[in-house]
Amino acid sequence: MNDSEVIRTRRLTRYFGRRAVVRELNFAVPRGSVVGLLGLNGAGKTTTIRMLMGFLEPTRGSCEVLGRNSRNFQPEDRSRIGHTVEGHFLYPWMRVRECEHFGRQTHPRWDGTMFERSVRRFGIDTDAKVSWLSRGQRAGVSIASTLAATPELLILDDPALGLDPVSRRALNETIIEFCESGERTVLLSSHLLDDVERVADRVAVMVDGRLLVDTTLDDFRGRLTAWVLEMAEDPTLVHDVPGLVHCRPLGSRWHLTIANPDHESASAIERLGAAAIEPVDVTFEDAVLAYLSRSRVDHSFYSGAES
Amino acid sequence: MRIRVIPGSGAAIYRQIADQIRRGIASGKLSIGDPLPSVRQLAKELVINPNTVAKAYGELTRDGVLETRAGRGVFVAARRNVFSHAERLRRLDEAIDAVISESITLGFDRDQTLTRLRNKLDALQGAKE
Repeated sequence: MNDSEVIRTRRLTRYFGRRAVVRELNFAVPRGSVVGLLGLNGAGKTTTIRMLMGFLEPTRGSCEVLGRNSRNFQPEDRSRIGHTVEGHFLYPWMRVRECEHFGRQTHPRWDGTMFERSVRRFGIDTDAKVSWLSRGQRAGVSIASTLAATPELLILDDPALGLDPVSRRALNETIIEFCESGERTVLLSSHLLDDVERVADRVAVMVDGRLLVDTTLDDFRGRLTAWVLEMAEDPTLVHDVPGLVHCRPLGSRWHLTIANPDHESASAIERLGAAAIEPVDVTFEDAVLAYLSRSRVDHSFYSGAES
Repeated sequence: MRIRVIPGSGAAIYRQIADQIRRGIASGKLSIGDPLPSVRQLAKELVINPNTVAKAYGELTRDGVLETRAGRGVFVAARRNVFSHAERLRRLDEAIDAVISESITLGFDRDQTLTRLRNKLDALQGAKE
């Protein structure tokens, strides 16, 4: 494992019964990056995270986190990783202040100021009982506790699920503050593409247990081009377009997203015989949706995990 | 000058930042020697990844629009030409070609396009004075 990599998986695979949920994952997360892990529900994101944390044994392959095989994690290894799960478990009878004391006693490198600042951003009264808090505020307490333990790596599994706009903004601000030194790393699974575009600098896309994209955000966008074609027939039924990721109807027109287009793609598009061909901008959302909307797997690209 | 970014738009966030700073200088909202917020500060303010800000600043510094003074921060640079005359002409032509093809697509004629361009340049001049 390269010293600058915080996470490295090698052909990581997990079956549940006869179903492969994670397939041959070669995934690398460089130190200091914020990686958005994207995929539909059931794509294998949570299973991957559970294997990274050493909570679940891989069927085949391996994963190393912070230089150690996740299978052999000791408590001190886990204390270097901050992990929050969907739902944010907390003791409902505790006051927020007591959650802080509890954390201080159970974590050797507790940062009380970090806790205070994070909790304040979520607009939480430290005298309040956890059971009185809104879902977004409970998420705030959970994230504040995780960050105050000063982990080197933060793994957030869908932290924004069900958050109100204020808590969402607070969450984004907290992630930015956490990673500002450039030494700490975040793996963030999320469905909120606008938030991922803000806070992440790398993106990983999983489809059906496979990692189709693992690269920087700008590279991801830069490799995709889109065209809108005016034609009656479904262009995919006419002939193949090299690099085609996704084709969807747009009223009476067709929106084509193409990865790494070259002369062949361009001439294939021209030969489709459309009445009009218009190149259009690719938004981050377009790019992600193009991948998530299809399950056929051929035009993937990596930059991180190649070796 | 306040920089704003909109995720989910056709332009990448680093591009939005770089374009706004360039426009700020062109319109006189930013002058030579004006300080810009540090990478960290702007990242916090806009709630975006610091590498995104660093990328925008990096591009502007490479193009001679901004300069970094050691230990003091980032400033609007005195206009100097980092590119040769030929390269500047090439870049200008590239930008003009895009305008011309767009105006033809939109069905404007030669005089309409020229008038529009002249008005824009005049407005910019007016804003500075």
